[in-house]
Amino acid sequence: MSTALAQSHMASPSEGFLARYEGLMKRLPGAAETRLAAAEILRADGLPSVREEAWRYTSLALLGETHFHEALTEAAGFESDIDLTGLDRLADLPRLVFVQGRFNAVQSRLPTGITVRSFAANADFGSLAHPERERLVALNTMLAEDGAIIEVPDGVDGGMLVLISAGRDIGGTPVAFHPRHAIRLGSGANLTVIEVSQGQGCYLHNPVTEIVVGAGAKLSHVRLQNEALAAFHLATIYADIGAGASYDSFTLHVGARLARTDVHARLTGAGGHAAINAAQLLRGNQHSDFTTVVSHAAPSCASRQTVKHVLAGRARGVFQGKIDVAQIAQKTDGYQMNQALLLSPDAEIDCKPQLEIFADDVKCSHGATVGDLDPEQMFYLVSRGIPREEARAILVRAFLGEVLDMVEDERARAMLDRVVDGWWVAA
Amino acid sequence: MLVIQNLSASIGDKPILRGIDLTVPDGEVHAIMGPNGSGKSTLSYVLSGRDDFTVTGGSVTFNGQDLLVMEPEARAQAGLFLAFQAPVELPGVGNANFLRTALNAIRRMRGEAELDAAQFLKAARAEAKRLQMPDDMLRRNVNVGFSGGEKKRNEVLQMTMLRPKLAVLDETDSGLDIDALKIVGDGVNALRGPDFSALVITHHQRLLDHIIPDAVHVLVAGRIVRSGGAELARALEAEGYAHVIAEAA
Repeated sequence: MSTALAQSHMASPSEGFLARYEGLMKRLPGAAETRLAAAEILRADGLPSVREEAWRYTSLALLGETHFHEALTEAAGFESDIDLTGLDRLADLPRLVFVQGRFNAVQSRLPTGITVRSFAANADFGSLAHPERERLVALNTMLAEDGAIIEVPDGVDGGMLVLISAGRDIGGTPVAFHPRHAIRLGSGANLTVIEVSQGQGCYLHNPVTEIVVGAGAKLSHVRLQNEALAAFHLATIYADIGAGASYDSFTLHVGARLARTDVHARLTGAGGHAAINAAQLLRGNQHSDFTTVVSHAAPSCASRQTVKHVLAGRARGVFQGKIDVAQIAQKTDGYQMNQALLLSPDAEIDCKPQLEIFADDVKCSHGATVGDLDPEQMFYLVSRGIPREEARAILVRAFLGEVLDMVEDERARAMLDRVVDGWWVAA
Repeated sequence: MLVIQNLSASIGDKPILRGIDLTVPDGEVHAIMGPNGSGKSTLSYVLSGRDDFTVTGGSVTFNGQDLLVMEPEARAQAGLFLAFQAPVELPGVGNANFLRTALNAIRRMRGEAELDAAQFLKAARAEAKRLQMPDDMLRRNVNVGFSGGEKKRNEVLQMTMLRPKLAVLDETDSGLDIDALKIVGDGVNALRGPDFSALVITHHQRLLDHIIPDAVHVLVAGRIVRSGGAELARALEAEGYAHVIAEAA
């Protein structure tokens, strides 16, 4: 971006965040120079703009116009407002609860057998993030106050862990929080993480998660983004997947006014496997973006992506999926499918698949479909006496079924099913 | 049960039905026969409320109600059932769930209690067995990977579970072998009684060996050109439609 262009634009939307950093910098944990470098990036380039290729379809203008609460957010006083009923059968599992981005010990139930530390006490920025490339990550790096550093030792089955984020504006003033998480699995370790983001009112949830799946380890990562409908959710995930390891992820975007998940997955060892599946259920004026970059950096790895969108009202869904295959990554097996169901003439889907292949012995395929509900199928259902709305719900569920079925854990699946059912009722 | 008066319908600008008069009294089974393109399937779709056909004239009364103003789901809830000639596949929709949803929608309309999964499965399994359907057909997705004969049997299963007042069977015999034909015929016959009527649309007489109709109507170019008893079907089978068409012209 040229400086002239940047200056001709309104005041940089990152100014408020920078001012906040200036005010907080002495109290923020961890290496001051890391934060300072991130602040320099933001000061120079501001937040991402639609003039940049990676942000062509998703404008952060609304975020830039929002004035966030100045003070360091306090988690105290919000405990009683967190609604954990949606967890249902997951309520029995160990969980880490973050309120306004701060760890809440009262609501949490620590797991055994795995190590959990707080970012606030141990500001571990990890090694995978690229704040110079992803400026929301620079924003996070500059302002991160807390987060969960989760580590599973070699060969240990860590079972299941629920990670909850609850946000809420303070007396009508939006708050912003930037949790910094890490999930690291040693060789042959095992873990299922179920992440739920929810809240009330207007707030910005801007988490960065570093994931390391050691050789032969397996991480299942189920993410439910069910934020308040006025909220912003901008999540970035960096995942390094080792030899023979498996990272199996599913993201459901159903909440937030403006949401984006960026997944940067790197298959770094031979025989690794990454599944990065997602569904977006949007209505009203919601905008939601699922962007992935899958890098095959080692031979004989497989990546799978199935992304489905159900768009009603004036909602806009975005999927950008890039598969990079390095020259060394022979015998790569890549698959990407993007499907959208538009339930309204005003809904919109933007889809940008991208393959960059430098190896010659590679199997990569991608596809996309966009459509409305099939009238023949609708008629068949209503001709059996099924009310029209119920018939539509049945067909939407069937459409989503293919990707929801990929969530292996039955309890996580049940939670997602309830959210999908609830979405339909509210739509 | 069903009174059709001077019914005309077209698809786009093309008239298909050109003034049909037909009355199916309570408890009777009527057959509609006719050559390809005579409007048989259109009649079934117009009765069930498909919106790609435009009714251009006439009326249809179903148990005293104006059928043509009702939505398809309301028609089904009022007791009308269409067995499709080519049932659609519903990937991702379980057959048992689909049928239970339909049955409960109709039971709600009738003021009957909804069936829970266990009650439903018990009843559905018994019916499926009677129709000699493989065990897994209730577990599979609706019509997905079903053979032609299985799809037709699945239609009959739905019909027997939903207990309609009037069933319209649109060429349910097509694609069926002799054994399946008998099973389908038995399925319809089991429903016969004073509160059940059927309109059996068929190209051939062979289904009518199993479902003996009270009346047979011959549809040619969108009009009923001849009506008679069960013997008319046999005469048509022997002589073909050419004779009737010539006579009507």
